[in-house]
Amino acid sequence: MHYRRVLVVAVAAVTTVGLAAGCSSSKKSGGGGRGPITFVTGKDTSGVWPAIANQWNAAHPNEKVTVKQQSDQADQQHDDIVQHMQAKDPGYDIVTVDVIWTAEFAAKGWLVPLKGQYAIDTSPMLGGPVKAATYNGTMYAAPFASDGGLLYYRKDLVPTAPTTWSELISDCAKKTSGMGCYGGQFSQYEGLTCNAVESIYGAGGTVVKSDGKTPDVNTPQAADGLNFLVNGFKQGYIPKEAITWTEEPSREAFQSGKLLFLRNWPYVYAHLTGDANSQVKDKFGVAPLPGSSGLGTSTLGGHSAAISVYSKHQGTAFDFLKFIETPDIQLNQFLKVGTLAPVLKAPYTDPTAIAKFPYLPTLQKSIDTAIPRPVSPFYPAITQSIQTNVYQALQGSLPVQSALQNIQAGITKAAGG
Amino acid sequence: MTAATGEKAGQEGQVGAGRERERRRRRARASQGDSRLAWRLIAPTIILLIVVIGYPVVYAVVKSLQLDKADAGINPSTGFFQQGGKFVGLKYYRYWFNCNCPNGTNGHEFWPAVQTTVIFTVITVIFEVVLGTMMALVMHRAFKGRAIVRAAILVPWAIPTAVTARLWEYMFQPHGVVNSVFGTNIIWTGSVWPARWAVMIGDIWKTTPFIALLVLAGLQVIPDELYESARVDGANAWQRFVRITLPLVKPALLVAVLFRVLDVLRIFDLPYILTHGANQTTTLSILAVNELRSSQNAAAALSTITFLFIFLVAFVLVKIFSVNVVQTQARTVKA
Repeated sequence: MHYRRVLVVAVAAVTTVGLAAGCSSSKKSGGGGRGPITFVTGKDTSGVWPAIANQWNAAHPNEKVTVKQQSDQADQQHDDIVQHMQAKDPGYDIVTVDVIWTAEFAAKGWLVPLKGQYAIDTSPMLGGPVKAATYNGTMYAAPFASDGGLLYYRKDLVPTAPTTWSELISDCAKKTSGMGCYGGQFSQYEGLTCNAVESIYGAGGTVVKSDGKTPDVNTPQAADGLNFLVNGFKQGYIPKEAITWTEEPSREAFQSGKLLFLRNWPYVYAHLTGDANSQVKDKFGVAPLPGSSGLGTSTLGGHSAAISVYSKHQGTAFDFLKFIETPDIQLNQFLKVGTLAPVLKAPYTDPTAIAKFPYLPTLQKSIDTAIPRPVSPFYPAITQSIQTNVYQALQGSLPVQSALQNIQAGITKAAGG
Repeated sequence: MTAATGEKAGQEGQVGAGRERERRRRRARASQGDSRLAWRLIAPTIILLIVVIGYPVVYAVVKSLQLDKADAGINPSTGFFQQGGKFVGLKYYRYWFNCNCPNGTNGHEFWPAVQTTVIFTVITVIFEVVLGTMMALVMHRAFKGRAIVRAAILVPWAIPTAVTARLWEYMFQPHGVVNSVFGTNIIWTGSVWPARWAVMIGDIWKTTPFIALLVLAGLQVIPDELYESARVDGANAWQRFVRITLPLVKPALLVAVLFRVLDVLRIFDLPYILTHGANQTTTLSILAVNELRSSQNAAAALSTITFLFIFLVAFVLVKIFSVNVVQTQARTVKA
């Protein structure tokens, strides 16, 4: 009696392990499958997905989409996708891919290439997001929302936005007491990589050569760019506490009137104009990022949607990708409801949209000229190298020259060097 | 006479021995049955342990000896990673112990992470033991409102670590509570030692009640008579504490220290949320998770190293202090 029961438990336990260990035998479904799908995305802070899902479900009662929201932290979203892909989970039909993950996921063979029967027409789209969703000459994800860095400035104190760093630094004199001059995202995380590479681009430098692999960051231009930030902390035009800032604390500083210039993403605009506690409602303007001898260059942010190779309903998934690329969804949902930057060109010239979001032409310029962060399957190691070394340089504990040497060596090492 | 008696005694002795042997045999048979029953009863637990602990540990060790797909290189024509899984021996272990890696790579972070982890462990455990013992002494005294004090002391322990981390993150902001209460202007999460102290303060705040609780349990088995007779003998409060309380509470305290040491050596959530591992607050566990994003098998090797390291520390602690909670304490009290 006893050991029979034990046996049952043992068998049950062993079976469970077998399943949990990922010995599932799901085969790659050979495309075209139709049926209900799950769309996996980071926490829906913009609030657009319920309406989009409802609109789709009303038209496709037999192929309904379920939106699964992950954490609001990019790192955790990344790890969640990795785990589900390793477990060959057919339940993750479409995954939302940050522009910096495309290469890694594609190289691991997890994403269905968007060619042949799954080809997407990219002609109405902005060039940058398409490039960021392309790896090794093949498109692996359909961009649906873009992002570019912008300079927010206090137009009541500085009537015309600076176009170069030296103009910006001399404008600092116009700040009132108790204000900091320039702020961005300088905590040690992905945001720092964005700010750092923007400064490097802004001085004419680059991180990797045009092949996307060979590091080319140990240059005088890159040093000039990084020095704009390092000197900011040294000379005080960047406030001391900015070393702890991510997007939100930097926005709060600008929003409460404690900052003259802020580098941040477009999402900030809605807060500055709409939040009840905003001290700068009609007092700010939006401009492209400044550079060392003329306008600077933004890094490209944003998200794409990709079909998992383990999905059993890839046909439906592909239709859903096309659905979120339609002008209606791009303009009326992503832009107007979520204040996300569309990936189509049309909304940027739409008069009603510009009336509501006057920064659109500036944003389009920012995204058009934006340079993607290195599209590499080894991106996690690359960004870590940039973050750690730039952070230490900002703290003054590492000379800019050594930081750049380390990044150069780190990128080589990441790619198996 | 003597011989006869002796013989008889011998016979009796033999008989006695025979009976004794018989009794032993019977007992052995009974205990054999007992032990079979015992095995059957604990089998589910053992199977469960093998499933949830044994399997992952072995799996990690096996993985750590194989080449990770991410290190197998990229096929230049397809752009895909090549197949991993080849046996590579101790490659990943050598990578951690002896990586000539540039600053900012995970390999470079290994020894700093060991150092950080050890610093966290030593400092927090010392503070927690001192403060925890003090709290336990307070909780042990009979006074009005003792229940409230006990509850108040235990609150931090009841709060999930992730919440603790967010709480302290908020308080340690440049314009946060900590700076305004103390009138300081420290960027807590902006440089090495303030960031480390931020993490350690959070940890001490949260886990001191744990030590206090275990010490309190130890205090409660000390008979009051000991203190009474000491008082009669003219021992003052300090002498009573050093000569009676400390030796008798030592076994409980050592167990608490052991638990805490093992816990802090694998600390992850608090620094991960509070400082993101920046400013040299990257512990071994955080490093393993960071590496997971690049090479799983290298991360498996690091987890195994961490596991062995903690195992070694536990072994040494147990050997040195001969930590043995229940029995030692019972014996000490009786003596």
